[in-house]
Amino acid sequence: MKTIEVPALARVEGEGGLYIGLDNGKAVEIRLDIYEPPRFFEGFLRDRFLQEVPDITARICGICPVAYQMSSAFALENALGIKIAPQVRALRRLMYCGEYIESHALHIYLLQAPDLLGKESAFEVAAIAPDVVKNALRLKKIGNEILKAIGGRSVHPVNVCIGGFYQWPDARPLKVLLPELEWGLQAALDCVKWAVTLPYPELEIDYEFVALHHPNEYGIIEGEVWSSKGRKLSIADYEKGYIEEHVKHSNALHGHTVDGDTYQVGPIARLNINHEQLLPNAQKALKENKIKLPIKNPYKSLIARAVELVQAYEEAIQLVQAYKPEGPAHVDLKLKAGEGAGATEAPRGLLYHRYQIDDHGLIKFAKITPPTAQNLPRIEADLFQLAPKIVKMPEAEATLTAEHLVRSYDPCISCATHFLKLNVEEKGK
Amino acid sequence: MTNPKPTVAVYKFSSCDGCQLSLLNMEDELLNLAEAIDIAFFIEASRATKPGPYDIALVEGSVTTPHEAERIKEIRQEAKILIALGTCATAGGVQALRNFTDASKYADVVYAHPEFLHYLPTATPIADHVKVDLELWGCPVNKMQVIEVIVALLNGRKPNLPAYPVCLECKRRGTVCVLVDKGIPCIGPATQAGCGALCPTNGRGCYGCFGPYRDANSNSLTNTLQAMERYPGETLRLFRGISGNAPLFRKAADAILSNGKETK
Repeated sequence: MKTIEVPALARVEGEGGLYIGLDNGKAVEIRLDIYEPPRFFEGFLRDRFLQEVPDITARICGICPVAYQMSSAFALENALGIKIAPQVRALRRLMYCGEYIESHALHIYLLQAPDLLGKESAFEVAAIAPDVVKNALRLKKIGNEILKAIGGRSVHPVNVCIGGFYQWPDARPLKVLLPELEWGLQAALDCVKWAVTLPYPELEIDYEFVALHHPNEYGIIEGEVWSSKGRKLSIADYEKGYIEEHVKHSNALHGHTVDGDTYQVGPIARLNINHEQLLPNAQKALKENKIKLPIKNPYKSLIARAVELVQAYEEAIQLVQAYKPEGPAHVDLKLKAGEGAGATEAPRGLLYHRYQIDDHGLIKFAKITPPTAQNLPRIEADLFQLAPKIVKMPEAEATLTAEHLVRSYDPCISCATHFLKLNVEEKGK
Repeated sequence: MTNPKPTVAVYKFSSCDGCQLSLLNMEDELLNLAEAIDIAFFIEASRATKPGPYDIALVEGSVTTPHEAERIKEIRQEAKILIALGTCATAGGVQALRNFTDASKYADVVYAHPEFLHYLPTATPIADHVKVDLELWGCPVNKMQVIEVIVALLNGRKPNLPAYPVCLECKRRGTVCVLVDKGIPCIGPATQAGCGALCPTNGRGCYGCFGPYRDANSNSLTNTLQAMERYPGETLRLFRGISGNAPLFRKAADAILSNGKETK
């Protein structure tokens, strides 16, 4: 075997291919080719009014539009010096719970599990285990229902604005979800039990993990950017710790730390850094299933997602029970020139935005660092470490093991290919 | 269709994946659907692919690279029925915002690193490149409309899709008009129905993501909207948004610019 080639990666978001060149059992060249076309989002945002930003950035990703809306909103609220009301904050967390539920259920069951069950797709899984797939779809649907109740629809919801929400969603469509949410919590606990029994390929890597950390809650919105190697930065200082570069074979930027190291963001990073902030049921799931932290096997991101599924259901129940809209749903904006950064944890990992606005509220500069751009160099480094283990395998198995590794990161390739305008700007200087 | 189980292929062009996701978001219908049709090519959902030709091709995204411009021709040749799925595929979508900027802004990159980047100066709808049998608008598409189209094809009838503006959906839902009653700029009167009037129902104006309503009077709407702008250029930006490259919205935006009421 001289090469492993996967021209089109299946069951990932967006378009990418994989190339591994081997020589004497060692990987000599590895490329995660990102041929998803460049998409010029930072450019499109120039001279748009700030209130349009959440609607535009949502379109970076159909699977995690809420993450883009949230990071945009927090960044622009910081630029204007706005503090959102506690109820707005709670409702944003509830929206995020909805997105974690739909995105994680999709990835666990429809995208990654087929690899662990020796199948090509969830449709094939459904043929042998229809109940697993039916439960998966029900789990996923509840997340979408939360998003629908708050934002009108699950893909590109319409209710998020800078300063809060356009209006408070009715309580009733949320409250009627409670029995389904209770079912979902139990199903998510079962999911963790099942997740730990799956046959993950062996691979242990000494990663640097990076995630938002918040002292009082599982870090998803606001907080500090923590690294497992001890680096702690405010969100405003994120760019002092982490930078991006343009590499030839990729229409996505590649991220690394200021020390030149690769790092991992996403569910494993969050769980390793923030497990103390998990709610009781998620803690119980960790303990009862004897999940040892830190997780160092990238394939086991499925387990981390399953634990976060419990967390998201548990928190969603609390937030729906407590939901009682009072006072204004959004702050009236007083426009002024300024700059602001915001970061939240997309299901795939840390998502950082920074904007400059002028006196009229028009965007003068935008920078967006999606999770997959940060993970790409790490995925390539993982593949180098995996190569010696797979060279002795039959080609089909080797290919699948490499592909599975990429998929386990839940890469969002469309998200990662947003950057080009920024690059153009720098060259024009 | 003669084959009792038609083959379906799903393709992605320049897009966010949201319309493909709307297929996977058919949680109540997906398994039944998978029994009624043969999902032969759907990379986002399955590693297993069957070779064409296919009975139905669902195409998400706009054409933004030379490679995509070639690929869509091959897909057309292999598909009996080609459906453009979502506003990127029907109008260019958010990617078509590049069509209104000076393409030479990108020239530095193109000429400095031609081996790095391959993209077209414009993002264009599928119908600019090949014959499209049916266009389904929306950013994202309404999954119930996707189901309606597939069911109609399976049964050999015409799909029942709304041919009226968002206003009618507001009336039907009992949503008070945000434009008349609250003074919120809204392009619902010029936008095709299909979303269920989501934005007005959420207390904001429609921003046109389902594309223009065929018989809209955009001149009259422009006059109304320009008199109530909350910030300079709001009307222009509403038309030049997610569906900005759709001919009727493009015309409305161009008219605003040529009337000189706008500086940007």
